[in-house]
Amino acid sequence: MASTAIHDSAVLHQHDDHGHDHGHHKETFITKYIFSQDHKMIAKQFLITGIVMAVVAMILSILFRLQLAWPDESFPLLETFLGEKWAEGGRIKPDFYLAIVTIHGTMMVFFVLTAGLSGTFSNLLIPLQLGARDMASPFLNMISYWLFFTSCVIMMCSFFVESGPASSGWTVYPPLSALPKAISGSGTGMTLWLISMVLFVASSLIGALNYISTILNMRTKGMDMWKMPLTIWAFFLTAIVGVLSFPVLVSAVVLLIFDRSFGTSFYLSDIVVAGQILPNQGGSPVLWQHLFWFLGHPEVYIVIMPALGITSEVIATNSRKPIFGYHAMVYSLIGITVLSFIVWGHHMFVTGMNPFLGGVFMITTLIIAVPSAVKTFNYLATIWRGNLRFTPAMLFAIGLVSFFISGGLTGLFLGNAALDINLHDTYFVVAHFHLVMGCAAIFGMLCGVYHWYPKMFGRLMDERLGYIHFWLTFIGAYLVFFPMHFMGIDGVPRRYYAFTEFAFMQEWLTVNVFVTWAAIISALAQVAFLWNFFYSIFYGKKSPQNPWDSNTLEWTAPVKHLHGNWPGEIPSVYRWPYDYSKPGHYTDFIPQTTPFSETMSSNLLHDFEGNPEAEHIQQEWDRQNASERHNPEQV
Amino acid sequence: MENLQVEDRLNLKAKKFLMWLFIIASFMMFAALTSGFIVYTEGNAERGIKVLLPKAFMYSSVIIILSSITAHMAYLAAKNLQLGKQKLYILLTILLGIAFFYSQFQAWQALYNSGAYFVNYNASQSFIYVFSGAHLIHVIVGLFFLIYALIGAIRNIPQVRNVFRMEVASIFWHFLDILWIYLYVFLLLNQ
Ligand code: HEM
Ligand SMILES: [Cu+2]
Repeated sequence: MASTAIHDSAVLHQHDDHGHDHGHHKETFITKYIFSQDHKMIAKQFLITGIVMAVVAMILSILFRLQLAWPDESFPLLETFLGEKWAEGGRIKPDFYLAIVTIHGTMMVFFVLTAGLSGTFSNLLIPLQLGARDMASPFLNMISYWLFFTSCVIMMCSFFVESGPASSGWTVYPPLSALPKAISGSGTGMTLWLISMVLFVASSLIGALNYISTILNMRTKGMDMWKMPLTIWAFFLTAIVGVLSFPVLVSAVVLLIFDRSFGTSFYLSDIVVAGQILPNQGGSPVLWQHLFWFLGHPEVYIVIMPALGITSEVIATNSRKPIFGYHAMVYSLIGITVLSFIVWGHHMFVTGMNPFLGGVFMITTLIIAVPSAVKTFNYLATIWRGNLRFTPAMLFAIGLVSFFISGGLTGLFLGNAALDINLHDTYFVVAHFHLVMGCAAIFGMLCGVYHWYPKMFGRLMDERLGYIHFWLTFIGAYLVFFPMHFMGIDGVPRRYYAFTEFAFMQEWLTVNVFVTWAAIISALAQVAFLWNFFYSIFYGKKSPQNPWDSNTLEWTAPVKHLHGNWPGEIPSVYRWPYDYSKPGHYTDFIPQTTPFSETMSSNLLHDFEGNPEAEHIQQEWDRQNASERHNPEQV
Repeated sequence: MENLQVEDRLNLKAKKFLMWLFIIASFMMFAALTSGFIVYTEGNAERGIKVLLPKAFMYSSVIIILSSITAHMAYLAAKNLQLGKQKLYILLTILLGIAFFYSQFQAWQALYNSGAYFVNYNASQSFIYVFSGAHLIHVIVGLFFLIYALIGAIRNIPQVRNVFRMEVASIFWHFLDILWIYLYVFLLLNQ
């Protein structure tokens, strides 16, 4: 009975939240699960769509790994599944190879690590950790998901058109992508890619606008910006980067569409296709690279910043220690946000760029390593001598830190304009960004899934399966990507179809076989996750309200999801989110909703932010209860 | 006081903020296009606008500045509860918006006649069409906002919501105005 009462009052709340324009409120299956405007449901929609896309993209990667390891072997099974057109005689065809590399990259970067990551956790956590009933505009939030969904569907459709999906790489450089005659993937498949991307950008932008407005306008009482958990800071700055960079991709794509379909020459000049000279003159393919990378580089930070935010929260909670250098963490995020807009040229060192300009981009690129390093050190310092609890989420967070370090180091080599002449477009780059972006961000996302699963589904995931998943994925990912550094240093170019065609690449075939086996094992490890995820939705152990003894607001909301999040009034916030193991307090965590008046024995003078009255009361109390104070600094 | 409370519950402040953010996003789009123009045109004698910009662009500018004024009048009227005046001014703004459309098409016509085609091996000239076309798409969106505000005023919706719709529409309309001036001046400077 109690629960229905709670539900009713939440529904009532919903009413006056939205004005009085609808007299009754009844949820049907469609408004609850499909066209939902509830941020928690939309978060789950983003997550599950993201997971489905991740599985598709992972299967694609296994397909091209098979080709790379055994270019001469035939796998009759492939022909059965993919048909004669793409895998005649059980061997992946070159066109199809290029297509799956392209779609793998696009799906992973945009659908999984942008929408799947930001979409899920920004939606879930922004209202819950800030104490808001929902997003600034729940309606636009719903639109954002459905645009994303449509964009996924269109991308999938490109597998079913005659000329196959886009195949000019996830960066779709013209002229290859601009000329339908150049390769079969630049036909209908490329058109679908562009449409899908425009919808995707619209979705991301709408999402980002909503996140920013919610964070700036809808925080609960007491939640000033400097009391926000680092997750929210990360989502906030990510959204800002998105608002400033995604529109640029739209501009670039619009010009590309004109070149493809209307005969303009923004990107095209002096081209001969199959012996025929094309009329297009005067265009500049480097223009595309400028526009694309002006988005593309910020995009990689759009991918990693939410993962870093999630990690901050999980590491602090599971080390039972305040995050080390909260302010430094925020300023590093701000630094990354600003710097990420002035480094794009490092993707273009070898386009004939003026060496002076190259030098400028080299310097900005090396500077961005500084805030990245600050964050890494702060994670390590938080873990250092912490009271560690190795939950699966914590393991994935530590995994992220590891990948971020090993991938970030190689960035320093690539960022050097002179070294990049050798390394550009080799497997060294592939190794760099898969470690620092691919693995680190996926680990951040998985970390978030394990940690907030109880918040999303009210149940716990199985820990043992979580450990199996972690160790196999962690070791597997290193085995896959580490050897690629050596291939890259040897000059092996990325995206080549068959290593048998070039004498100097042949010796790397055995390494390819090894990498492919590692990839297969890591892929199988994901089955443990998928099983765990979907099984636990229905049969997992019921979760208590605050399973990780965490401080943040979302754990004060009831396990059962309510429209409007909290049954009664929204809780107020009195302190920052990282009061873990505070000396003098009887538990090792103090939720943000606990006022200082209830924790007299553990308050420090600087908790009061210079409020003389509060300081005075505290000093008075300290004097009277000197024996109770355990904290030597205070006496 | 009563009004203020209602406003808070409707989250109007947060929603209005969405409009500002949207403006920033679409400004970035035009910033990208104009920087694209610079990257493309820079240091190459064969590229560049190379024709006189049509007179119609000047008329368009006058029209859109006027419409910005009427939009503001409509907003003031809404705030002062002068519903009749508000409707009149919105209508005027919409009409001016349509006139702007017409004038831009005239400009395209003039460009075409002077040999600056959209499909062109000097893409600097194609860019003129892209700038003004992308701006026109925004104008369509702006017209929808105005019509939405007009419908609200006709249906006599509660004052808070009426002012809110009116304000959002007029913020966006002023943005369109400023955006066009920016594009026009940009083109003039690169002529
Ligand atoms: C420590 C700071 C970093 C530096 C100095 C750095 C530097 C570079 C450079 C110079 C390249 C271009 C290599 C080439 O194409 O020749 C590159 C590629 C790339 N980086 Fe980083 N990077 C850093 C961190 C990151 C982070 C944090 C991410 C993502 C989260 C990332 C993602 C990528 C991606 C995706 C590419 C390859 C894009 C492609 O060509 O397909 N990098 N990096
Ligand atoms: Cu970059």
